Amino acid sequence: MSKYDAIVIGAGHNGLCNAAYLAKSGLKVLVLEKNDYIGGAAVSRELEEGWLYSNCSYVCSLLRPEIYRDLNLQKHGLQVIAYGGSVTFTKKGDIFGGYSDHDLSRREIGRYSKKDADAYVRFSRDISKQCRFIKPLLMRTPPDPTSFKPKDLNELIWLFKRLYGLGEETIYETIRFYTMSVAEYLEEYFENDVVKAALSGSGIIGTGLGPYSPGTAYVLLHHYMGEVDGSIGSWGFARGGMGSVSNALAGALQEHDGEIKTNAEVKQILVKNGRSVGVVLENGDELYAKNIVSNLDVKRTYLKLFEHGDLDEKIINQVENFKIRGSSGKLNIALDGLPEFPAMGKNNPLMHADMHFIDSLDRIERAFDDWKNGRWSSDPYCDTLIPTLTDPTMAPPGKHYMSVFVQYAPPKLATGEWTDKDREGFGKTVIDQIGEYSPNFKDLIVHAEIRSPQDIENEVGLTEGNIFQGELTMDQMFFNRPFPGYSQFRGPVKGFYMCGSSTHPGGGVMAAPGANAAREILFDLKRENIVPEAENDD
Amino acid sequence: MLQQNHYLKSVYETPFHERTSELNILNDWVRWKDYTVPNSYFRVDLEYFAARNSTAVFDYTPMIKHRIKGKDALEYVNRFFTRDMTKIGLHRVGYAVWCDEQGQVIDDGTVFHMRENEYWLLSAERQLENLEVSAIGFDVQIDELTDDVAALGVQGPTSASILKAMGFQEIEMLKPFDIKHYSYHGEEITISRTGFTGDLGYEVLMSNSVALSFYEEMFAKGEIYNIKPAGLEALDLLRIEAGLLQPGVDFMIAEEAIRPGSTRSPYELGLSWLVDLSKPVFNGKAALVEEKKKGSKYTFVKLNINGNKPASGSYLYNQANKKIGTVTSAMFSPSAKANIAYASLHEPWKKEKDKIIAEIYYQKDLEWNRVMEEATIVTKPFFDPDRKRATPAELY
Repeated sequence: MSKYDAIVIGAGHNGLCNAAYLAKSGLKVLVLEKNDYIGGAAVSRELEEGWLYSNCSYVCSLLRPEIYRDLNLQKHGLQVIAYGGSVTFTKKGDIFGGYSDHDLSRREIGRYSKKDADAYVRFSRDISKQCRFIKPLLMRTPPDPTSFKPKDLNELIWLFKRLYGLGEETIYETIRFYTMSVAEYLEEYFENDVVKAALSGSGIIGTGLGPYSPGTAYVLLHHYMGEVDGSIGSWGFARGGMGSVSNALAGALQEHDGEIKTNAEVKQILVKNGRSVGVVLENGDELYAKNIVSNLDVKRTYLKLFEHGDLDEKIINQVENFKIRGSSGKLNIALDGLPEFPAMGKNNPLMHADMHFIDSLDRIERAFDDWKNGRWSSDPYCDTLIPTLTDPTMAPPGKHYMSVFVQYAPPKLATGEWTDKDREGFGKTVIDQIGEYSPNFKDLIVHAEIRSPQDIENEVGLTEGNIFQGELTMDQMFFNRPFPGYSQFRGPVKGFYMCGSSTHPGGGVMAAPGANAAREILFDLKRENIVPEAENDD
Repeated sequence: MLQQNHYLKSVYETPFHERTSELNILNDWVRWKDYTVPNSYFRVDLEYFAARNSTAVFDYTPMIKHRIKGKDALEYVNRFFTRDMTKIGLHRVGYAVWCDEQGQVIDDGTVFHMRENEYWLLSAERQLENLEVSAIGFDVQIDELTDDVAALGVQGPTSASILKAMGFQEIEMLKPFDIKHYSYHGEEITISRTGFTGDLGYEVLMSNSVALSFYEEMFAKGEIYNIKPAGLEALDLLRIEAGLLQPGVDFMIAEEAIRPGSTRSPYELGLSWLVDLSKPVFNGKAALVEEKKKGSKYTFVKLNINGNKPASGSYLYNQANKKIGTVTSAMFSPSAKANIAYASLHEPWKKEKDKIIAEIYYQKDLEWNRVMEEATIVTKPFFDPDRKRATPAELY
């Protein structure tokens, strides 16, 4: 009597990717979305006429190329365009450029420290070694280290072979790397503070940790292992904003006759005899399916959609202990023209790069202190981009769109819930910081969307507004993601699965969790695996 | 006549050189016939993406340009080229190949029906001798104008907007392969909706005297449309994705071939649509009639190859491990995220049934590795956006 083989809750990019693979396998699939638009946090919306914002996620490099190719996302309108580098503005009025050209970057580091310039070669090599180790794991299901099933044993053997294949020295380094802070890690290579600050940013983005907190070295890697067409560490824009990723995945889903229903918020997951059998919508409609897949984060899924009586106490405890701290906000700004940054000049290619306005590890750590104290950072780490210098589709010619990702902002303030006045104050802090480096910036602002972590939770559904659906720390990674015993995408009741970034390998618009979950669902349904493996990098 | 000391300058600078050399911050140049043009300007992938996302400008000046003029022009071109030239109407452009008497392709190019009784042939190689030989008995005047006419490729989604902003009225109404003549600073300038990238784009032919001012004005007007210069390395990636052949790479130019069997007929390059055997006469017709009857030796295909290692120069095998062909061009396509190639197949490969397996060599940390990857034949271009065909063209 089930109308559907599977219902996927949430039309974020992972939900859509998961559904696309299930539909491609021949299953009848329905995706339910609470908003009147799809995409979750990979979305492009026009809030000011003529401007298209990448409202949440804003750059693309981790999206698995295997999925891109396999689901023919090109045909469904996706184009990922590389952009170049990063730049840090210093208090002294200079810039520090991170160019995509290795030699240019080395030379630029040399402006700050000749020794660091040479260390950059060793740093790049060591990071590449870590990337090489981790990349093949992204499109695989983590083995359960306590299981004696052949599938798990084989996977464990494969994993140990890979680890031992790194060579003795790198094994030690890898284990250290995964537990270190990004600041300590960088200090093993570099002496100059501007250099370290510029490189440390990737270690704190989206995470409720500071540069001196253990575990942030891995977060750096999480942002470095991306690529655009084999160019490791490169980042790109999805043409038309990040919504193009979701739209292309939706196109792939619809090509295989999958359905999407918007304005359809799921209120409850129905469980009968230890098996999920369907969902109840906000409007009271009941929909049935043999399999239910949740693209929502674990907290939202287990604490809000399940009747507590349907779950063991242990799992509720695990869910409650899962760390999903909101730590970032976002500004999307429509600009009447191109802001000037006198420190680097209009024709500098770094105008196309991510810009940062914080030049020491100490300043970044202070920004983190504010967050701990329940305030947004008074001197924040802003990952700022002007996508329209590359992508002509997001603003009228000559006008610009600026995306500002802000680290840190707490999900709840010391003074209580976020108010409109708080949001305004938060926006002002960010705009003032950019204005310090760009004299005409403030005058160009036509419209600004200011999003606190609380706004992100309310609109997108991410608990606390955490962009990764859960911290990317070792205790919540790989076979511990989201928590021990549940890393293989199956939930605590039969026929129930998780496919969001709360699962392996985490957030970053990779589409890997959605694809990995589809592989396990197809396995349980004894259907042929159609989810591609990772390409061999060796 | 050229001065005796022309050897002092082995390669010429194009009329755009003053600007292109400023923009070429990599100082990376490549020789193209008599000229030097940028191989890359600043970063190959960003130059490539400019053509797929905004606008990339290529200096096409070294392209060989021939003008065929006279009251027998149509009759003459119909005799020279393998395709039916009556179908290329006034102010239209057609892709064409021409053959030697063995029906082997000498070169390919685009034929511009510029004016009544006037055609231009833009090709990779100089063809004056071939053209003259075929002209006996026709009332036509043939000139080679390569050094007198500057050429630019203005390619990408925002290209129509840029040309429109420069004052070229109704540019967006040009259909693919249309030609329009404009007046620019008192000189005639010809814009065609053609290119070598498989996307929306235009080629501009102009006299050398206005070349630099055109270039400067285009970059000034194009700034808000994210215009970028692009070199030949990016162009090569674009043309492979677009499904376009490169003479001297994907096939041997018949006139330069020394070894028997190294040349290809139009049929063997997948270009049978360019051959009209119902025409009374054209160069190579008898041989092509014969080949059509007996069958061709080679088949040209587009391949989608598993894995992500480009199959440059790969041998191809069937399931019985017999060699069935070679790859002529290969790349990893940034737009399709696919490992693509062109290949020339031969016996014992038989249509459809046979597997195609590419033997790919690649280096990691200086170590050579080899993989065998299966490939499937693709019939459409690897990149084929709707905006390539849309008229009116997309405006921003």
